[in-house]
Amino acid sequence: MSILHLSWKNILNKPLNLVLNLVLFALGVGLISLLLLVNVQLEDKFEKNFAGIDLVIGAKGSPLQLILSSLYHLDAPTGNMPVSEAKAFLNPKHPIFKSAIPLSLGDSHRGYRIVGTNTGLIDLYEAKFADGKLFEENMEVVVGATVAKNLNIKLGDEFKSSHGLIEDENLVHEDAAPFKVVGILEKTGSVIDQLIVTKTQSIWAVHDEHSHEAEESTEHDHNEAEHDHDHDEAGHEHEHEHDHDEVEHSEDLPLTSYEDKSITSLLVKFKGRNIQALNMARNINENTNFQAATPAIEINRLYTLLGVGEEALKAMALLIIFVSGLSIFISLFSSLRERKYELAVMRTLGARPGFLFQLIIFEGIIISVLGYFCGIALSHGSMVLLADFLEKSYRYDFSAAIFLKEEIYIFGGSLVIGIIAAIIPAFQASKTDIHATLADNKG
Amino acid sequence: MLKSINLSFQYSGSTPIRFPDFTAEQGDQWLILGPSGSGKTTLLHLLGGLLSPTEGNVTLGDFNYATISAARLDKFRGENIGIVFQKAHAVQSLSVMENLLLTQQLGGKSLDKKKIMDLLERLQIAHKANQKPNRLSAGEQQRVAIARAVVNQPRLILADEPTSALDDKNSTEVQNLLKESAEAVKAILLVVTHDNRLTSAFHKQLLLK
Repeated sequence: MSILHLSWKNILNKPLNLVLNLVLFALGVGLISLLLLVNVQLEDKFEKNFAGIDLVIGAKGSPLQLILSSLYHLDAPTGNMPVSEAKAFLNPKHPIFKSAIPLSLGDSHRGYRIVGTNTGLIDLYEAKFADGKLFEENMEVVVGATVAKNLNIKLGDEFKSSHGLIEDENLVHEDAAPFKVVGILEKTGSVIDQLIVTKTQSIWAVHDEHSHEAEESTEHDHNEAEHDHDHDEAGHEHEHEHDHDEVEHSEDLPLTSYEDKSITSLLVKFKGRNIQALNMARNINENTNFQAATPAIEINRLYTLLGVGEEALKAMALLIIFVSGLSIFISLFSSLRERKYELAVMRTLGARPGFLFQLIIFEGIIISVLGYFCGIALSHGSMVLLADFLEKSYRYDFSAAIFLKEEIYIFGGSLVIGIIAAIIPAFQASKTDIHATLADNKG
Repeated sequence: MLKSINLSFQYSGSTPIRFPDFTAEQGDQWLILGPSGSGKTTLLHLLGGLLSPTEGNVTLGDFNYATISAARLDKFRGENIGIVFQKAHAVQSLSVMENLLLTQQLGGKSLDKKKIMDLLERLQIAHKANQKPNRLSAGEQQRVAIARAVVNQPRLILADEPTSALDDKNSTEVQNLLKESAEAVKAILLVVTHDNRLTSAFHKQLLLK
């Protein structure tokens, strides 16, 4: 019978103490590990979605909101950019911009965002096709891997988009032409997995039809003025038919030729990081009706904001771990009092002081190691639930099956805590005075 | 042969207790009597190597307690001395069988379940082998203590008030079992007690003042 085995038996002999210690330890370890899991994956997502974008240009508003909506597809868009005013940025021969990918946001299909853009977005995330091809015609869409999987979408499927970013049957563009799936992307681990991508012109087409139909269904010209307020595009009633034709038949016109349309934002890459490029953001903010936000700056700001909550949680987790260490110490110490005779008797049977020392140290280690594994199980278990929640509410897929090297460090930390909690009781046990203990019991 | 010469022990702040010189041959069975405070338990612990004397020394066979390291003495005790206390104080988390296996292991003997079962059989507690000690009655627990004291076939068995927590029936049985078990392994048996029920069973008696 090894010392370890005896330690194990001793621990099992006090099941309530064991449960208390394990619960405390597992809570502490679980919380820390969960924080790490969320943090690492969140940062990983943010890094991947960065995709080398230097600047995001959009309507004025919160720069963080602009970044979140355009780069991470998390928040609502800030507003629209009329193409007529954004023409300069869309110029392919722009002296500073290497590329500017236009985005038109605001519609969704069963909770997944539909993005009107060009093929640049697919190239940006280096997405490959699992099936099908790139969109060419209007109303053709390419769907991300997660969308395809979760909505069980196949090539050739058709659907109608909804207005807004939440799933609401009342907001479906019933009167617009349906989208048709022509391509399905491979999983990239970036945000494009959650997106439905189409041509900018398709989004315009949906809203043209939409407003057109809406006008027909109302009592004709009377409401023209109201429509001006309701719809950005409704004011250009007479050109609608014309636009419509253009969208249908001359798709290769550059976006700049649709002067009366709007997009949501632009993802910009610079040619180089020179002074001109660095001043670009300030110029846009000061001299145009748009704002330019730098992802790196905004995301750092977000980390700082989140950091406070994270620090608080981390402090709480450390506190719980400290308390659980204390709890192990107290239960070992009080068990020594109950066991002092049997420890003394073991000494008379030939056990060395070192035997008793190891016996108690192993008890501390066993509790902390078990607590560690319970904690890791707890964190990964919670991650399964949390991933489900995040997936549902943010369309971000997190994995519970990722194991981090930090979790090995936590294991080391757990061992250390177990040993520290046990070291004083172990020392005390090794010092058991056989004579005093056993003579004392004579009564 | 157990021999103590010129043995004395002094608790801090009190006068030293001097013990008469004492010799026991292999197989002898002695009863050590004396009033409370006469140092019966102290003598037993000195003879068992649980306590170092202020003066004098103890030898068991060729083995002089005073001249060896604490580690050797612990090992020697595990191999050669069995001790029965007033209560068994068995390891609570282990079954009776596991307690005795642990005793064999600590005494440096090979683990032998059959031997333990035979012993438990003789002590009439074989049916309790897989029970935890705290499920046993006081009499049964003392039988476990006896089993533990003799399982390694020691040269010396020491018993400190082995029967004083027991009723008359159990007292007689435990006393007999103790004597038989000591005989069976040809050990020296020393019993310290103030329990008068034992006096008639031992011919050799040492009275401490």
